[in-house]
Amino acid sequence: MSLATNTPARPSALREFWYYFRENRGAVFGLIVFGAFLVIAALAPWIAPHDPTMQYREYTLVPPVWQEGGSWTFPLGTDPLGRDMLSRLIVGARFSFFVGIVVVTIASAGGIIIGLIAGFAPRWVDTLIMRLMDIVLAFPSLLLALVLVAVLGPSLTNAMIAIAIVLQPHYVRLTRASVMAERQKDYVTSARVAGAGLFRLMFVTVLPNCLAPIIVQAALSFSTAILDAAALGFLGMGAQPPTPEWGTMLAEAREFILRAWWVVTFPGIAILITVLAINLMGDGLRDALDPKLKRS
Amino acid sequence: MLKYIASRLLTFVPTFIGVTLISFAFIRMLPGDPIIVMAGERGMTEERYAELVTQYGYDRPILTQFWDYLTGVLQGDLGTSFVTKKPVWDEFFALFPATLELSICAMVFAIMLGLPAGVIAAVNRGKFFDRTLMSTALIGYSMPIFWWALLLIIIFSGTLQWTPVSGRIDLIYYFPNATGFMLYDALMSGQSGALWSAIRHLILPTIVLGTIPLAVIARQTRSAMLEVLGEDYIRTARAKGMSPNRVNAIHALRNALIPVVTVIGLSVGTLLAGAILTETIFSWPGIGKWMVDSIFRRDYPVVQGGLLLIAVMVMIVNLTVDVLYGIINPKIRKR
Repeated sequence: MSLATNTPARPSALREFWYYFRENRGAVFGLIVFGAFLVIAALAPWIAPHDPTMQYREYTLVPPVWQEGGSWTFPLGTDPLGRDMLSRLIVGARFSFFVGIVVVTIASAGGIIIGLIAGFAPRWVDTLIMRLMDIVLAFPSLLLALVLVAVLGPSLTNAMIAIAIVLQPHYVRLTRASVMAERQKDYVTSARVAGAGLFRLMFVTVLPNCLAPIIVQAALSFSTAILDAAALGFLGMGAQPPTPEWGTMLAEAREFILRAWWVVTFPGIAILITVLAINLMGDGLRDALDPKLKRS
Repeated sequence: MLKYIASRLLTFVPTFIGVTLISFAFIRMLPGDPIIVMAGERGMTEERYAELVTQYGYDRPILTQFWDYLTGVLQGDLGTSFVTKKPVWDEFFALFPATLELSICAMVFAIMLGLPAGVIAAVNRGKFFDRTLMSTALIGYSMPIFWWALLLIIIFSGTLQWTPVSGRIDLIYYFPNATGFMLYDALMSGQSGALWSAIRHLILPTIVLGTIPLAVIARQTRSAMLEVLGEDYIRTARAKGMSPNRVNAIHALRNALIPVVTVIGLSVGTLLAGAILTETIFSWPGIGKWMVDSIFRRDYPVVQGGLLLIAVMVMIVNLTVDVLYGIINPKIRKR
């Protein structure tokens, strides 16, 4: 015990991480914006001024408050059916975060397990898995997601499943590559010699040391998921009207672009800011977690 | 070297069969009976239905069907469209030049702006230029391009009335579609104004499709340049008294280009995915719009064939990039 007290305490992993993350001002800014959106998404039903699907038929296409004819009742104006833009955007944040969380969870969980199996299994299983992933990666992701949704039927749930399937191979490749590198190391051999079973080796010994690139990938695919879900919604293959999903809102507003700029502009800004904040965070995560770049 | 190429080619074959299997299986899994969809509103008699099932071979074992499909594919037979009754292969190659033209323009746009932006950012690391350029690149990288397209239409087609909203050329011009590349055809038609009209139709789609590759190239160029600028031979070159511009352009950029070229090669898939959205918004008669329309029309042979052809194209490009990379960089071959 005396030996441990003599050596200076190593900062906890979280603290060390925060130390490096904090260095990147953009990342901190992204984190703040992301946090704000998270709060808005969580509290959406309470802070939205109107019901997002309520149609005020006598107030269609009301411009935002700072423009001629706007009013504080509808701060960001109304859409062609007289629904409040602000309320729809606020509630729409929920769908985007839901999509991001569900897609990343499914894709990463599946990808990590398959990647671990590929890294530990006999050579032929590994080859089989990697060829399968090559096949999925041969299709442009959005096209594959589009056809998958056409097979499953257009809905937000199916769009999420399709995007998760399309994103999965990246996790498989990443996990497998890290596992391959880690497996050679002495600590794994000693764990094996000490009698650790295969599952213990996979999940307790090796996996925690492979997590850094996977976490960065998770952040990046969170934003990809939001973008792709919005794109599918825009093409009519994601969330269906009257769901206030941002991409679907854009699709509904398309024919009014030359008459009412606000119905098109605001949902897009919402998507852009969210995705940008997450990408900023992802860059910061990469800098903080990637040991190769540390202190460089 | 030959061994490396052979091993790359060898992995191509199972992937190709797998891609064929997937596009084949998708159509079998789609909801609704393709024969009934083909009949449309009119409906059909029982006999006609049975006749068509036999004609299209849907009554045979699934493995036989797949084998027939695979051998058909290898002979260039991808079936015929339910809607136009034309062979899928012919339709694909009639529309492909439009997508290729747009993609090439987008890529040229992305490289011409992205490379200098990345170099300038790297050379001015941490300074105002670097931060501005990289923030802009990150915004471009995060851009929902379908919204970006609408925004550009509002500004340039709506408010300023500079560019048209859709299509490839004004309807007043008519000339035979010799190559399918509108810029070339318009130039060769000799009609005054035709080329200018084609260019004006190209501008917005090019910007929209090129935005994400532009951001990716700028970011990649910057990080590759930074890596190279830290190398010893750069310090040597500087120590020799070489001018900074010469060091950056001759010594650094050349070596930084290798990863950048790889990224450019590998963004073909991204470009085709982007083409789906860009072509849909600008009514650009290319592969992307054709696929989306076919999905909505439930034109199964087209979806199946188009999916397969696009995947094979991406695979061929990736294979070429891999092989070229092996030629440029001998270290890769050894693995």
